[in-house]
Amino acid sequence: MLEVAGLQVAYGAIRAVRDVSLTLAEGELVTLLGANGAGKSSTLMCVAGALPAAAGSIRLEGKDVTSARPETMARSGVATVPETRDVFPDLTVDENLQLGAYTRRNDSRGVAEDRARMLEMFPVLAERYGQPAGTLSGGEQQMLVIARAMMSRPRILLLDEPSLGLAPTIVDRIFEMIATLKDSGLTILLVEQNASKALAVADRAYVMRLGRIEAEGTAAEIAAATDLRALYLAG
Amino acid sequence: MSFFLQFMIDVLSLGGAYALMALGLVIVYGILRLVNFAYGELIMVAGYTMYLTSGSGLPWLVMAAVAVLMAMLAGIATDYVAFRPVRAKSVTAVLITSFAFSTLLQNAALLFISPRPRNVPLPEIFSETVQFAGVITPARNLITIATAVVMLALFSWLMRRTVLGIAMRAAATNFTMARMLGVPANLVISSAFAISGLLAGVVSMLWIGRIGAVVPGIGLEPLLIAFIATVIGGMRSLQGAVLGGFLLAFMDTTLNFTLPQDLLKFRDAFTFSLVILILLWRPQGLIKGPASGQRT
Repeated sequence: MLEVAGLQVAYGAIRAVRDVSLTLAEGELVTLLGANGAGKSSTLMCVAGALPAAAGSIRLEGKDVTSARPETMARSGVATVPETRDVFPDLTVDENLQLGAYTRRNDSRGVAEDRARMLEMFPVLAERYGQPAGTLSGGEQQMLVIARAMMSRPRILLLDEPSLGLAPTIVDRIFEMIATLKDSGLTILLVEQNASKALAVADRAYVMRLGRIEAEGTAAEIAAATDLRALYLAG
Repeated sequence: MSFFLQFMIDVLSLGGAYALMALGLVIVYGILRLVNFAYGELIMVAGYTMYLTSGSGLPWLVMAAVAVLMAMLAGIATDYVAFRPVRAKSVTAVLITSFAFSTLLQNAALLFISPRPRNVPLPEIFSETVQFAGVITPARNLITIATAVVMLALFSWLMRRTVLGIAMRAAATNFTMARMLGVPANLVISSAFAISGLLAGVVSMLWIGRIGAVVPGIGLEPLLIAFIATVIGGMRSLQGAVLGGFLLAFMDTTLNFTLPQDLLKFRDAFTFSLVILILLWRPQGLIKGPASGQRT
């Protein structure tokens, strides 16, 4: 469904991503692991269209979408949950969700149904419906961002470090939700620092180091073959 | 009591016009983090449209609507000519192109129309005065207040109740995230310029209503007022722009009422001193606005 080949991403003279190739089949949950600065987030943001590719290609269902605009990627069915947990702080929870459905704003009945479903899935958002999103706790904001991404009925969900900075019980909740989303047939690319949690839900995994893919395999293979601690300490 | 009422009418009518001017500037600034220096010329465009259509015999309201529409088109043109081609490349370039577009429009007016003031048709009611509760005031002051109320309500409805408005507010805090939700950057920016033009056009009708004539440099003072009002209120906040507009009008009006006759011509010096004091106290402006996102 998604094919990334020989991808490079550069910030000025610094190449954060030097050579990344990965594939994502329909319904698959693939995780991208690696130390801080390995280039995981840059890879993900480049797929989302928020960063231009310096070289290489990205294909979505066979169509070339390399360096497409972020709004084009969103319309093609790619929803992104960035690492920085970008709720719109001065918009209410409701308005955040409404914007999530921007690409299908003409389908008002479908949007209303999805909104009801999201509020059922995340009861805490229902309680905070009219509040500015900036007043939510970190965990609540993370749920809002995921719910907002789901409002577009994406075919691919890009999740960047959803567990970052959250309390362990909330992290468990988030991973339960990721598993639920996967079971519903959604294709997910998950960038995570919490490797053991990520490998527990993923089908396959890639390990990145210094901008390159260093290892790939099924989640079980990677979990067995890789010294996960070394992965992070080696940088 | 009647003094107080007189004072309030003066503050509210001046403040209403100032607030609309400031909103028109800050709507673009909030999204692009760039001051549109060609903003004053949108007011000029509306004014000259009134002058050019004055012989047409159309009812005043129709001419005014055409003038406002022209200001909106000029606003969108600003985006296409001065902003879009260089927006992603350099902030300095956009500053220069927006100045250049401003100069271009002014010189076009100088060259093709005239450097001298041109009369603009005004409806009778603009020159009438109204007397009530012991107060005598020009009817245009009350019209200005009513127009400001309607425009502020319309603006607030647009920004809170429509998807486009919500998308514009989102884009003002985090443009990239808004785009990743599918909000097209160009649509949001062009809409901001169109709304900026709409506000400039309406302000132009009220502003020219005080003078009755249009000159090529008519936009300078409104631009300056809008800029100061947004700086006082907070460059990033729509509420701040409105608050700043009314506060500036309050200061101007208070000085008008209190300064002795021979100091009155130095009123602006007093106003700006107060502005400096406010900024020393609150360098961010009165309302801080949302946390800043990145420029696009």
